[in-house]
Amino acid sequence: MIAILTRDIRLAVRAGGGFGLGLAFFLIVVVLVPFAVGPEVRLLSTIAPGILWIGALLACLLSLDRIFALDREDGSLDLLATSPVPLEGVVAMKALAHWITTGLPLVVAAPVLGVLMSLPVEGFRWLVISLAVGTPALSTIGAFGAALTVGIKRGGLLLSLLVLPLYVPTLIFGAEVARAGATGLDVETPLVLLGAVTCVTVALLPFASAAVLRMNLR
Amino acid sequence: MTLKVLDLGVSRGGVPVLEGVNFAVDPGEAIVLTGPNGVGKTTLLRTLAGLQPAYGGKIVVPDPEAMTYAAHADGIKAVLSVAENLMFWAKIHGTDGIDGALEAFNLRDLADRPAGSLSAGQKRRLGLARLSVTGRPIWLLDEPTVSLDKASVTLFGDVMRAHLAQGGSAVIASHIDMGLEVRVIDLTPYRARAKVSRDYDEAFL
Amino acid sequence: MASIWEYANPKKFTRTVDVLLPPVAVLAVLALVTGLVWGFFFTPDDYKQGSTVKIIYLHVPSALLAINAWLMMLVASLIWLIRRHHVSALAARAAAPVGAVMTVIALVTGAIWGQPMWGTWWAWDPRLTSFLILFLFYLGYIALWSAIENDDTAADLTSVLCLVGSVFAILSRYAVNFWNQGLHQGASLSLDKEENVADVFYFPLLVCIGGFVLLFVALVLLRTRTEIRARRTRALLARERMT
Repeated sequence: MIAILTRDIRLAVRAGGGFGLGLAFFLIVVVLVPFAVGPEVRLLSTIAPGILWIGALLACLLSLDRIFALDREDGSLDLLATSPVPLEGVVAMKALAHWITTGLPLVVAAPVLGVLMSLPVEGFRWLVISLAVGTPALSTIGAFGAALTVGIKRGGLLLSLLVLPLYVPTLIFGAEVARAGATGLDVETPLVLLGAVTCVTVALLPFASAAVLRMNLR
Repeated sequence: MTLKVLDLGVSRGGVPVLEGVNFAVDPGEAIVLTGPNGVGKTTLLRTLAGLQPAYGGKIVVPDPEAMTYAAHADGIKAVLSVAENLMFWAKIHGTDGIDGALEAFNLRDLADRPAGSLSAGQKRRLGLARLSVTGRPIWLLDEPTVSLDKASVTLFGDVMRAHLAQGGSAVIASHIDMGLEVRVIDLTPYRARAKVSRDYDEAFL
Repeated sequence: MASIWEYANPKKFTRTVDVLLPPVAVLAVLALVTGLVWGFFFTPDDYKQGSTVKIIYLHVPSALLAINAWLMMLVASLIWLIRRHHVSALAARAAAPVGAVMTVIALVTGAIWGQPMWGTWWAWDPRLTSFLILFLFYLGYIALWSAIENDDTAADLTSVLCLVGSVFAILSRYAVNFWNQGLHQGASLSLDKEENVADVFYFPLLVCIGGFVLLFVALVLLRTRTEIRARRTRALLARERMT
């Protein structure tokens, strides 16, 4: 199982495009927002938590189709499915690898982008915490979407259509934590709910993803 | 480890292609499946490997994890080195040591090359070397000698002989003679006949 | 006694539909015409809302069906995954576009109603938002069905999507409730039908709901039959190519 994790991370690092791309995309989205809404600090600091969350979500979406599609193309997925590792474990490890190469860099980079968006000082901590708690759910849900669309050529657009509605609860609670943190409101309730969504997703969705992969391999 | 196939029927894309297939593979034995293109060799192998359900009959094998499958696509990652590629499969299958496999397929000199820079034949050899590191007794091979040169075919023949001598077995879909003692099964007679039926369920296999 | 699963045989199902469809369709039209004419022309205007209240005869039934169509798809998907009856999977497929259209009708009539009542076409009220999300789920489901070539794989994948989607739809519903309450006091739909709707409105509304349900049943039966026939055509073609 660890072998899958290390291999996927190594592939993402070496192949390029995987590791830095999401981060660069995140940066560009956040930089474009002030051009669109104007440079007024008050406005920017109000919408900063939301924009940062939307940026993170889209950056996450960008690399989802790589989770299974490449392995499907070169036959690795067939071989993994016949290997002693349960497919559920394969899915979980691949989602974890996706999170480490995409979600984690976003969490780390978020404070820097928070500065660009004039995020209030007290908001930084909660922004990072909300992203750290929420992005694993984004990767796991994304892996489910990727498993659904693995057999479809150019399934990228369909993948987004399937995955984005599933992101709604995470986005709502995550952005709420960041927003409440920035305005000094109570963050506990949304944070607990965000954590609950992540826990349930990470615990259960790999089973659905593995089932879907098996159907797709037939 | 005897693999028994009893009255097996397989389907491709919801349409039955083979039915009533019967054979058994004993340890030390290799079976070659032949038949024209599209007869269902790949489908049969994938069904045996457990990648798709059979639509009729049974596959009897003492341990479903005794089989390993090698297809046209080798599952090779271009950015990993030859050794890294093999090492990954060794770890997945919980076996140690890729030296034997590297040696047997004459890949030692290429071990540190990125797999993306290999020729088609070299890639194929790497793909076949994976079989050795899985440590599984029953090999299911789909056209294993595609893009191999003569020397490599001989090399692979040697590996196969060693594998069979150790009590392993193989089911091979191939048209090329590898210089092995094999039993040939022609799949043509097992072709699923189109049943003419007015029952709607017919369309829902 | 005949088991209900007998109708899972596509042939038996089509034959039953052939018999059932005409009366159901006629009843649906009758109920809709009666309910709508009764509702629009023979009920008094509401003392608060004036004649705008009459859109209730379209809005409430379509909203009800938008949710129940998804529920039906969920049940049908479960039956397919557990018992592998093809008719069930095809019925789920057939219901999806109908449900999606019902969602659109509910949203559009809601907007038309909301404009004079709240002074805005759209508010991010929890209920409205949930319906919009439901619509997105329908879109994804339909898109996945049409993207996959192999019929059985498509049925399998969409069934799992329906299951997972249902869980996330419920999650979203609670999340949306939480979200808007956290932002501001939303303009909520105060016209709860048990409390506020007087009998004069209530009976024509019931007839309309009945009409919509019948219409839904008729459409789903018709579309399922079409799917079965299309499926059979494809299978026969595939067979012909093979031999």
